[in-house]
Amino acid sequence: MQVPDMNMATVMDEEDLLAPVPRVRAPRPRLRLNQVRSLLGTLPFFAYVTVFLVIPTLVVAIGAFAGDGGFTWSNVAALGNSYVLDAFARSILLSAVTAAIGAVLGAVLAYALTTAKPGGPLRRVVTAASGVLAQFGGVTLAFAFIATIGLSGFVTVFLRDELGVDLYSGGVWLFELPGLVLVYTYFQIPLMVIVFLPALDGIRPQWREATESLGGSTWQYWTRVAGPLLAPAFLGSTLLLFANAFSAYATAAALISQGNPIVPLQIRGALTSEVVLGQQNLGKAMALGMVVVVAVVMTLYALLQKRTARWLG
Amino acid sequence: MRTLARTAAALLAVTTFAGLTACSPPEKETASTGSGAATATGAADLGGMDALVAAAKKEGQLNVIALPPDWANYGAIIKAFGDKYAIKVNSAQPDASSQDEINAANQLKGQDKAPDVFDLGGAVASANVAKFAPYKVATWTDIPDNLKDANGTWANDYGGYMSIGYDSAKVPAPAAVADLLKAQYKGKVALNGDPTQAGAAFSGVVMAALGSGGSADDIAPGVDFFAELKKAGNFLPVDPTPATIESGQTPVVIDWDYLNVAQGAKLTGKVQWKTVVPAGAVVGSYYVQAVSKDAPHPAAARLWEEFLYSDEGQNLWLKGGARPVRAEAMQKAGTIDATAIAALPKAEGTPVFLTEAQTTKAKEYLAANWAKAIG
Amino acid sequence: MAGLRGRRARRQAAFRWSVLAVMGVFFLLPLVAMLEFTTRGDSGTWSLLADWPRLSATYPDLAEGIVASLGQALLTSLLMLVLLVPTAIWVRLRLPGLRPLVEFICLLPLTIPAIVLVVGLAPVYAWVTYFLGGSSLTLTFAYTVLVLPYAYRSIDAGLSAIDAKTLAEAARGLGAGWFTVMVRVVLPNIRSAVLSAAFLTVALVLGEFTIASLLNRTNLQVAINLLGKSSATMSVAVSLAALILAFVLLLLLSLLGDRRKASQ
Repeated sequence: MQVPDMNMATVMDEEDLLAPVPRVRAPRPRLRLNQVRSLLGTLPFFAYVTVFLVIPTLVVAIGAFAGDGGFTWSNVAALGNSYVLDAFARSILLSAVTAAIGAVLGAVLAYALTTAKPGGPLRRVVTAASGVLAQFGGVTLAFAFIATIGLSGFVTVFLRDELGVDLYSGGVWLFELPGLVLVYTYFQIPLMVIVFLPALDGIRPQWREATESLGGSTWQYWTRVAGPLLAPAFLGSTLLLFANAFSAYATAAALISQGNPIVPLQIRGALTSEVVLGQQNLGKAMALGMVVVVAVVMTLYALLQKRTARWLG
Repeated sequence: MRTLARTAAALLAVTTFAGLTACSPPEKETASTGSGAATATGAADLGGMDALVAAAKKEGQLNVIALPPDWANYGAIIKAFGDKYAIKVNSAQPDASSQDEINAANQLKGQDKAPDVFDLGGAVASANVAKFAPYKVATWTDIPDNLKDANGTWANDYGGYMSIGYDSAKVPAPAAVADLLKAQYKGKVALNGDPTQAGAAFSGVVMAALGSGGSADDIAPGVDFFAELKKAGNFLPVDPTPATIESGQTPVVIDWDYLNVAQGAKLTGKVQWKTVVPAGAVVGSYYVQAVSKDAPHPAAARLWEEFLYSDEGQNLWLKGGARPVRAEAMQKAGTIDATAIAALPKAEGTPVFLTEAQTTKAKEYLAANWAKAIG
Repeated sequence: MAGLRGRRARRQAAFRWSVLAVMGVFFLLPLVAMLEFTTRGDSGTWSLLADWPRLSATYPDLAEGIVASLGQALLTSLLMLVLLVPTAIWVRLRLPGLRPLVEFICLLPLTIPAIVLVVGLAPVYAWVTYFLGGSSLTLTFAYTVLVLPYAYRSIDAGLSAIDAKTLAEAARGLGAGWFTVMVRVVLPNIRSAVLSAAFLTVALVLGEFTIASLLNRTNLQVAINLLGKSSATMSVAVSLAALILAFVLLLLLSLLGDRRKASQ
């Protein structure tokens, strides 16, 4: 017996034989009122954000196009200079690397925390410590790292005297990008722990048991059950870490005193240099460039979210 | 519907933005409005020193900016001023550069936290004369003519020579700039800032130029010196702070002599910090005092200037190791602090002060070559 | 099954302690270095720090900064909770189309370094100062904006872990109004996320320096920085003490969060 071909064309053909169903229009006025009420609920947030975030951003953005005699493209054009592009490339590389390292190590640490007793002292202490260290930065962090692993830091001295290992045989890396990567991970890991832990908490132990009772292995549990659920939160947290490292300024300023290898330091030079004057609007153009970069990264993140949902879903 | 909401939001944002930035909030009535202090160009305009002191006391506060306590003894100066006139001195942003001071004046215009007075590097001062209110202190005639503006908009206040500060327990005494290239200084020499950003570091490069065969017109040998220092592994790209000096992270610091001398005085007993001005490579520079045109406390600002240029203020700067601008006149009058002036680091050789043209040429060379040299 | 679970529990414990040991060493070393610097010689730094009356007499700016920071932390946490939590839940449940916009807005503060943000904030703060005065507590408005990225990400992570939509539909089906849904159904399930957001807020406010400094206002970090100019050991000691203070505050906050759970 032939099985009827149930494709769309067949269904469409069948429909022609049925009586036409009158289309009922949804009541428009009530729907519009509902949407307005929904939007009104977000009004306080948007009003606040407009005054304290959007307007400052617009001031900076407008400033990027301002010159001595009004509108000018020269500041944005100056962004094409090789030293600015190099700074952007280095900033993006630094942020991506520290975001990746921070995300992975932070997720591992957060997972280790979830295996401990939920209301217990270990979790409390580590979460509180993570909250504090996530925002620890600036001059004090730079000083602490130099005191630990700088040229005369106690770890360096210990390694040199006791183990004969000279950390700086290849150059003074602490005050260049590799040093920044090390110091940035110090606050990236705790930040990941803090923002990712709530997602891990949402994983019910019953799901693990259910997987096991259905004969699944640990690998299958992580790739088919927990992974897809955690992927959006993990990617979102990584994005946050990226943006956090991208705009971090105080720590880099304290650690790197010569040259401006990354964009926030370039902006500092443009805004506050007392030797090369008149670069204020170039600084604002660079800030605008940073917003554009993060917008691009956010778009990539949104695309990646959709993709991973499709693969793992 | 969504586009309507979005356009409405956009319009709202644009109008609010236009409104906010186009008009600033209205001026508030303060103790200073009506006293006439904002336009006084001398104490006589207000009716004499006593009237100035009374007006300043009525204002009750003074906002200063970019005055670290250990910079030319500003900590003691601020305390002395506050105690003498019972005026509260608010010291903001001690780390600020000269440009930061101007930025703060622009951003906080009209607010009561805006800076009242400036202590600026020469370059930034020349570029922002329009922001200063002219005021001639009582001792105006004592200041040499080449160190002040004829209209009273600004005047030099104190100066010093570029020096090498070092921990004598960790490194040998450097007699000349070239000594710093020796092996004993490996990983130890720090410069106070980036020469393309900070005036002190800029003068440091000039000193290196003078000590390496260059001149005020040609600072290329100075940049080459630092490139060599970096190649030898002696250059430490750390920003020296009191904490790094005390903890031994920066055993050699190239900075103004009054700053190194102050560190030495503060750390006696902990670190043996000595200061030397290299012979034949003496670079000098003065800083500039000015009163802000939009000062929220104009009478207090003018009283502060009077205090700084009085014998007491000048001697306090001298105690901090800086050379006050009225030094010559005070020496003639016998009012100078003899022990303090004898304690200043010896400077052998004629001091070199860069002219504006030389500074511009040097800046351009640095902007093009520093990053490459230091890598 | 019990044997399997017991084995896994032991493996997890071993994993947990080895991870914590390695990370613990990494995070504690710089703090130990700071402590070592402050206890060099016989400076009496810590004894002065423990003596509050003598401390506030010797360093009045520091006392002012500490009080300002505590006030800012409290106000910012409250403003963040009142503004962000309802909005995040509302958007997730009723306006999912707006989520990308809200996410971008909540990431925007992180894209602009503080030194440039101040340039934009200056005209806004001119008006804030006109209406509310120049107190350091007005920095709350800027800080709430600064904390948006971290707080929103934390709350969003919590919301994505629970199936908020189903919960809401179930509650609505049983006749609950939107307010009840948000406050009594969704909120208790994202408690840990909201607590994390509060953690980050307090820690951020206590560690913030650039904006307070550039707007010429005072807070803890500004005071520590000024202190560093006169006494290096004291400022490092105060930084370390501030870290410990923030840590204790956050511990108390987590205990507070749990006590409410017990009372329900």
